[in-house]
Amino acid sequence: MRGRENRNLLLMVAPAIIVGAAFFLLPLARLAVVGATGKLGLAAYTAVVTNPQYFEALASTIVLSVTVTVATLVIAGITGVFLERNHFFGREALISMLTLPLAFPGVVVGFMVIMLAGRTGLIGELTTYFGAGRLVFAYSIAGLFTGYIYFSIPRVILTIMAAAEKLDPALEEAAKSLGANPWRVIVDVILPALKPALIASGAVCFATSMGAFGTAFTLATDIKVLPIVIYTEFTLLANIALAAALSMVLGVITWATLAACRVAAGSTAAAAG
Amino acid sequence: MRRTPYFYLQLAFTLLVCSFLLVPVFMSIIAGLTENFFVGVKSGLTLRWIGVVWELYAPTIFRSMYIALATLAVTLVIGVPAAYVLAKRPGMMTRLVEEFLVLPVAIPGLAIALALIITYGGFRDFRTSWGFILVGHVLYTLPFMVRSVLAVLSSFNFQVLEESAASLGAGFWRRFFGIVLPNARSGIVAGALTVVTLSIGEFNLTWMMHTPETMTLPVGLADSYASMRLEIGSAYTLVFFVMIIPLLVALQRYGVQRTGTRKAA
Amino acid sequence: MNGKAGTAIRLADCAKTFPNGTRALERTSLEMRGGETVVFLGPSGCGKTTLLRVIAGLESPDPGGRVYFDDEDVTNLPIERRNVGMVFQSYALFPNMNVADNIAYGLKVHGVAPDKRARRVDEMLEMMQIGELRERRITELSGGQRQRVALARAIAVQPRVLLLDEPLTALDALLRERLRIEIDVLLHSLGITAAYVTHDQGEAMAIGDRVAVINKGAIVQTGTPREIYYKPASSFVADFIGTMNRVDGTLRDGSLELPGGRIFWGQEGSGAMQVLFRPNDARIVPEAGAPLRGVVEQVFFLGDRTRLHVTGVADRAVVVETTEHGEFQVGQAIGLRIEPGALLRLRD
Ligand SMILES: Nc1ncnc2c1ncn2[C@@H]1O[C@H](COP(=O)(O)OP(=O)(O)OP(=O)(O)O)[C@@H](O)[C@H]1O
Ligand SMILES: [Mg+2]
Repeated sequence: MRGRENRNLLLMVAPAIIVGAAFFLLPLARLAVVGATGKLGLAAYTAVVTNPQYFEALASTIVLSVTVTVATLVIAGITGVFLERNHFFGREALISMLTLPLAFPGVVVGFMVIMLAGRTGLIGELTTYFGAGRLVFAYSIAGLFTGYIYFSIPRVILTIMAAAEKLDPALEEAAKSLGANPWRVIVDVILPALKPALIASGAVCFATSMGAFGTAFTLATDIKVLPIVIYTEFTLLANIALAAALSMVLGVITWATLAACRVAAGSTAAAAG
Repeated sequence: MRRTPYFYLQLAFTLLVCSFLLVPVFMSIIAGLTENFFVGVKSGLTLRWIGVVWELYAPTIFRSMYIALATLAVTLVIGVPAAYVLAKRPGMMTRLVEEFLVLPVAIPGLAIALALIITYGGFRDFRTSWGFILVGHVLYTLPFMVRSVLAVLSSFNFQVLEESAASLGAGFWRRFFGIVLPNARSGIVAGALTVVTLSIGEFNLTWMMHTPETMTLPVGLADSYASMRLEIGSAYTLVFFVMIIPLLVALQRYGVQRTGTRKAA
Repeated sequence: MNGKAGTAIRLADCAKTFPNGTRALERTSLEMRGGETVVFLGPSGCGKTTLLRVIAGLESPDPGGRVYFDDEDVTNLPIERRNVGMVFQSYALFPNMNVADNIAYGLKVHGVAPDKRARRVDEMLEMMQIGELRERRITELSGGQRQRVALARAIAVQPRVLLLDEPLTALDALLRERLRIEIDVLLHSLGITAAYVTHDQGEAMAIGDRVAVINKGAIVQTGTPREIYYKPASSFVADFIGTMNRVDGTLRDGSLELPGGRIFWGQEGSGAMQVLFRPNDARIVPEAGAPLRGVVEQVFFLGDRTRLHVTGVADRAVVVETTEHGEFQVGQAIGLRIEPGALLRLRD
C-alpha cells in the first residue's frame, strides 16, 4: 500500500526536479564548462586573483559586503530588539513602514539613494542650506554602501524580531537580579540568544550584497563591484568565457559563505530571507 | 509602564532608520507629481509625467503583471506538491533540497541569467519569447513558495490528519485536495504573495535575459533612470509603488511572512 | 459501509520492523472476537501504537504476517478501504471544517446523500450530547469536546472496527473518568469490535473485556482484567499492573514460613521461593493469634482506603490496603492473614 503512495509522491515532485535539472543544474554546469573554454582556458578561473583589475573588484565587493553586513546587523539589531520588546502606540505602523522596502528591486533602491544623496538629493539641499556646500555621494562607494544597507535593513529586522520574540524575559530578569547592568545584560544575555539569528541574517545580507547588481547599475558608480564587471565583460566586451568564470567564482564564494554560516548557526536558518 | 531614557533613545534611533527608508520614497512620489522637481512643488503638481510614462512604458506594466501571474501559476503547480512531498518524506534527500532552497540567495541572479543564456540562447524563438523570462522568474521564486508551504506543513501534524481522513475512507488525492491543501492555505497565500511581489520587482535576471520585446517594469525603470528626466523616472517609480505596495501590505497583514521566517529560522 | 458491527479480527504472525531497523513488534498472533473490546496495555514505547496501526492498515506487517477481518484477508487493503474508525490521542480533527462537517466527512467520502448525511450527523451529535456544538470551529472546543467529536466522526460511518489510541491521555483526571465510562457504555451498546490502547492500567481494567499486556513489542499475557490482575503470568505483568508484594519465604509441610509467622498454603513441595500477593489480599486481624505479625511503619490515608507499610512480616516491608475505618498508628503491632488462594508463585 506504500508503493502506490510512493508512486504518487514521485509524480508530485517530478515537475520540480525536472525544472530544477533542466533550467538550473544543467545551465550551471554549462556555465562552469564555458568558463574554462575561453581563450584563457582554465586560467579564467584564476584570473580573478591574478588579474589586478578583477582582483580589485573582488576585494572591494567583499569589503563592501562585509561592511554593509556589520552596519546592518547593528542598526537592525537595535531597532529589531527595541520593536519586539516595547509596546507603544504606533508600533505596528512603524514595523510596517520599516519592512515596506522589503521587495524593492535593486534599481529602485539605487534611485532612492539618488533621491537622498544625488545631485538634487535631500542631503545636498540640506548641506547647501546650512552653508556647507552641496554634499553629493550617491555615485561614490558611500552611495553603494547607503543603497546596500537600505535593502538589507528590512529583512534583517524581520529575522531579529522573530528571534527576539523567543527571548525569555526571565533570563534577563535573573541577570538583573544578580546585579548586572544594562550593558552586561546585552552582552551576556541578549547577544548570545540572538546569535543564531544574527549569523543567519548576516549571511543572507552578505550574500545579497555580493550578488547585488541593480543598485550599482543605477548609480553607475566608478567603483567596480564584481557583478558590474561581469556584466561589462559579457555585454560590452562579449567576453563570455570570462564572464562565466567570474560568475562561477562569485557564486561559489557566496554559496560557501552561506553554507559555513548555516553550519555555524546549526540550522537551516540561513535560508530564511 | 515607566519609560527610561534608553527607551526614548532607541525610539529616536528607530524613527531615524524609518525616515532613512521612507523619506526617499516620499520624495520620489512627489517628484513624479511635480511640474519641475528642481524648482520644487511650487512649480505646480501635475499628472503629466504619469501620462508620459503610460505612453512610453504601458506594455512593460502589463507584461510584468502577466509574467508575475504566470510565474505564480507555475510555482503553485510545481512548488506546492513538491513542498508536500518534502514535508511528507523528510529523510528523502533533505540535505540536497536544503541546498537547493538557499541557492537563489547564494547564486547571484546574474550568474543564473548567464547560465540560462549560454544554455538556451541558441533556441531563438524561446530566447526572444516572454517564456524565457518566465523560466528565470520561476527559478528565482520557486524556492520561496516551497519554503513557505513547507513552513506551514511542518507547523502542524498534517500526517495524522491525513491518517484520520484515510481511516474514514479518503484516498490519496482526496486527502491532498480536501485536507492538506485547505490546511496549508496560509502558507500557500503567503508564498503566492511573495512570488508575485518578487516577480514584479525582479531585475537582476531579467535585465540580462530580456529583449526589447520582453522588457518588464523594473527593466523599464532602469532604462528611464538612465535616459529620461528625473520626473519621468519618479512617475514610473510611483506606478511601480502603486503595484507593489498593496502586495507588501497584504504580505504583512497576513503575518505569515514573519512566522514563515520564524519557522525557517 | 456495511454497517455490520462485530467483525472478528485476527492477526497471524504479524511483526513490524521499521526501515531504520527498530523492531517495534515481535511476531504476534492475536484474535479479537466480534463485538469485543480488547485493551492493549503496556509501557511507553512497547509497540502498542504500532500494533494498532498494523490492524488499521497504516503500517503493513513484515512479510509473512497477515491481517484478517472476519474471513477476509485485508493485509494488502489500504486503510481507506478497510472501513475502520480511528480515534487519536491528538484528536486529529480537521481544522478547516466545523464540527458537523468533521462528523460528516466520512459519510461524504462514502457518497452518502446529503439529507441522509445530515440526519446521521444529528444522530451522532445527540448520541455524544454535543448538539449545541454543531457549527463550532474546532479551535473553539475544549479537549473533552474535541474527543467527543472525534468519537462521533469515527462512529458515524459505522466502521467494522473501532481503534482508539490513548483517547483519554490528553484530558484531566476527572474528565478522563467520565469519558471512560461513556466510552465503555458506547462500545457495548454499539456491539462494535474495539481495540483500545492505553498505558493506564486503571483504564484498561475498567474498559477491557480482555486486556493484552505488551512488553518490548510482544504480547506477554492476554486475559480478562481479573485474570491479569490476580493471575499475572510473569513478574512484568505483576509489577506493571497495580502494586504487588513480593516476599521470600520457605514452603514446608504445605505451609509458607515467613519471618513474621507461617500461613497455611496447601501446596506440594518444599524449599525457598518467592511468593507474591496483592495489598488488598492481606486482611488485618487482631494481633493475638494472627498467623503473621508485624509493625506498622507508615500510614497513608487515601480516602476510600488506607495503605499501610508493615515491617516484620517478611524480609522487606509489605504493602497492605484496607477499607476499614479504624485508625492506625505508626509503631502499632498488627496481625495479618492471607487466604491461600491469594498467594502466587511465578515461574520466571
Ligand atoms: N516510523 C517509525 N520509524 C522507526 N521507529 C519507530 C517508528 N514508529 C515507532 N517506532 C519505534 O517503535 C517502538 C514502538 O513505538 P510505538 O509508537 O508503537 O510505541 P507505543 O507503545 O505506542 O508508545 P507510547 O505509549 O509512547 O505511545 C518505539 O521504540 C518507537 O521509537
Ligand atoms: Mg503510542
